[in-house]
Amino acid sequence: MKNRIDNCFARLGADKRKGFIPYICAGDPTLERTVDLALALEKAGADLIELGLPFSDPLADGIVNQLAAQRALAAGTTIRGVFDCVCEIRAKSQIPIVLYSYLNPIFQFGAEKFHREAEKAGVDGLLILDLPPEEDIDLPKANVLHIRLIAPTTPQPRIEKIAKTAKGFLYYVSREGVTGARDSIASSLTEKIAELRKYSQLPIAVGFGISTPDQARKVAQPADAVVVGSAIVDLIAKHGDKPEMIEKVSAFAGELAAAAKSS
Amino acid sequence: MLGARHAVVAKEGWALDVFCFQMPTTQTMPDVHGHFGPYGGMFVPETLMSALHDLAAEYERAKTDPAFQDELSALLRDFAGRPTPLYFAERLTERLAGGRIYLKREDLLHTGAHKINNALGQILLAQRMGKQRIIAETGAGQHGVATATVAARFGCECVIYMGEVDMDRQRLNVARMKLLGAKVVPVTAGQATLKEAINEAMRDWVTNVRTTHYILGSVLGSHPYPMMVRDFQSVIGVEARRQILEREKRLPDLLVACVGGGSNAIGLFHPFLEDRAVRMIGVEAGGEGIRSGKHAARFQGGRLGILQGTKTFLLANEEGQIELTHSVSAGLDYAAVGPEHSYLRDLGRVEYTYATDDEALNAFKTLSETEGIIPALETAHAIAYLVKNAPKMKRNELVLVNCSGRGDKDVDQAAAAFGLKEKSK
Repeated sequence: MKNRIDNCFARLGADKRKGFIPYICAGDPTLERTVDLALALEKAGADLIELGLPFSDPLADGIVNQLAAQRALAAGTTIRGVFDCVCEIRAKSQIPIVLYSYLNPIFQFGAEKFHREAEKAGVDGLLILDLPPEEDIDLPKANVLHIRLIAPTTPQPRIEKIAKTAKGFLYYVSREGVTGARDSIASSLTEKIAELRKYSQLPIAVGFGISTPDQARKVAQPADAVVVGSAIVDLIAKHGDKPEMIEKVSAFAGELAAAAKSS
Repeated sequence: MLGARHAVVAKEGWALDVFCFQMPTTQTMPDVHGHFGPYGGMFVPETLMSALHDLAAEYERAKTDPAFQDELSALLRDFAGRPTPLYFAERLTERLAGGRIYLKREDLLHTGAHKINNALGQILLAQRMGKQRIIAETGAGQHGVATATVAARFGCECVIYMGEVDMDRQRLNVARMKLLGAKVVPVTAGQATLKEAINEAMRDWVTNVRTTHYILGSVLGSHPYPMMVRDFQSVIGVEARRQILEREKRLPDLLVACVGGGSNAIGLFHPFLEDRAVRMIGVEAGGEGIRSGKHAARFQGGRLGILQGTKTFLLANEEGQIELTHSVSAGLDYAAVGPEHSYLRDLGRVEYTYATDDEALNAFKTLSETEGIIPALETAHAIAYLVKNAPKMKRNELVLVNCSGRGDKDVDQAAAAFGLKEKSK
C-alpha cells in the first residue's frame, strides 16, 4: 500500500528537489487555526507537515515547544480533536502528515485504536520521541508509518538495526540536545549523512536546531529534507490568535522552503 | 535489661572493620532491557540510548569488580557512616501499645538520608566512565545534597535541577547544595516540582551526554537506573536483616517504608523478598485525601502509563496527560512510582497504602516527642502507618521501619503547620 510520505519523497527525488518540513503544535493557538496554518504552510512550499500532538511532559523538546504544548492543552486540545483537525486538513489537501508525539497519550488512547483512527483521519506517519525500536508496540496493519530517529550518539551497529525497521524516511537529529533554535549547525553533518546512506535507501530528513533560511540551505545540501520547528512555533507564539499570524508564518515558511529547495 | 540492650548497641557501634557491602549479583529481575514483568524498560529519546547502554555495561563490569566493591564499601563506611544502627523505639512502642518497633536509622547517615548510598555508587561509576560533570534532579533536596556532596568529594562540576516550589519549601537544602559548590537551577515549568526537575535534568543530559553523568536519585527512569539504584540502596535491607537477626534472633513480621519513587523502600525490602513470612508495606503520599484528587498515591488513583523513561503506575488523565500531584512532602510529590514497585504489587509481595498530609504531620510530631528523633516529612508517612496500625498489632509482632531521613529540612514547614513559628517583626 503506497503511503503519501513515500509518494512525496518519490516525487521530490524525480524532480531533484529537496523537501521542506515545518513542525507546528496542534491546538496552538487553537485547532481551527491549526487547520488554516497547515493549508497556508502547504501553499508556502511545505512538502510534509509534522504535527505535534501536545503532551504535558515533552522531555525531548526545548522550552519553545513545551510552551506550545502547554498552550494547546490549556486551549482544550484532545487526541480526538487532533484527529478531527487532520480530517479537515485532509478534506482540502493531500499533503503528508506525520504526528509527532510521546508514547503515553497513544498508550492511554490504546495503541491499536490510535493507529486505526489516525489512518482514518488521514495521518501518514507517527514519530514517537520516547519509543525506541526495542520497545516497539505491536504494530497493527494500519498504513501509518513509524518514522525512526537517529542521533549523533547512535553507534554504527544500532544505526543498522534502526535502519532495518524504518519506514518512510529517516529522521536525523542534527544536534545533541532538545529541539530549539541554535546558532550553528554541526559541521560533521555531511559525513554523518553519508554514513546513514550506507545502511538505508530511505530519504533522510534532518531536524533539531535549524532556524534560519541560511541553515536550511546548508542542511538541505547533504539531506533530502529539512525540518524546522521551534523557529516557526516561536513566530506562532509571538502573534498568537491575531489575524496577521498566518501571514507572518507563511512568509517565514516561504523563505525557509525557498532556501531548502535552492540547494 | 537496660544493661543488656546497651551492650548490644555498644557492640554494633564499635564494630570497627566488619563493614563490607557486597553488591547483589544474582538478581533475575529485571531482564536485559530493564523490564520487571510488564513494567520498566527504556522509553527515552534516541540521543540517550547509547549513554544508557554504556552505563548499564559499565555497571555490570563494576559490580563484579572487587576494586569497585572495596572502594564503595570504604566510602559507605568512612564517609557516609555505615552501618547505620537498628534502633529499638521503646517509647514509640509503649505509646502505640502494639508491635515491637525498630527503626533503621538512615537518618543518621552523612547528609541526613539514605540518598547518599546511591550517590556514592553512581559517582564511582561516573569516575570509571571518565565523566567529570554531574547533574541531578531533586525534590526534597536530599538527593541534591547527596549528589552535591559526592561531587565535591570527587572534585566534579555539579548542576542540580530543582522545582521552584520545592526550592521555596526546602530552602535549607538549597543553601546546603550551594555551599557544597553546586549550581542549583530553578525549574519553573508546569507545577515546578520533582517531575519538572527530572524533565530539565534529562534535557541537560540529552544536550551534554558525552561529558556528563546524570545521577538519578530514585528507582525511576529508564533502565538501568531502577535496577542500579535498587542495588546501591539494598545495603539498607542487607544490614537491617543481619541486625534484627542478631538482636531478636528472628526475622521481622513487618517492614514499612514510604514510597515516592521508592528507593528507600526497595532498598529495605529487596533483601527480604525471599523471606516469605515477612510482610511489607509501602506508604504513598495521600496528600489531602484520595477523593480530593490532591495526592501522589499512584496505586490509589493511578493507571499504567509511560513517563520519563519507564512504564509504571502513574497519575495521568484519560488523554495521557500527566496530572498535578500534591503532598506536604516534596520527596513524595511525584506522578510515577518506581516500576519494580508496580511489579511487586502485582505479585502481591508488597502491599501499598497511603498516609495523608495530616497523618504524616501528626506522626512527625509523635516520633519527635516520643523518641527525640525528628524525621523527614517523607519518613513521617511510614511512621503514620504505624500510628494508625500498630495499636491493632500483637505486642510481640516485630516491625521494622525505614527511618529514611531526618527532618532538619522540614522544621520550618512543620513549625508553621503546628503554629510554632515566632512572629517576626
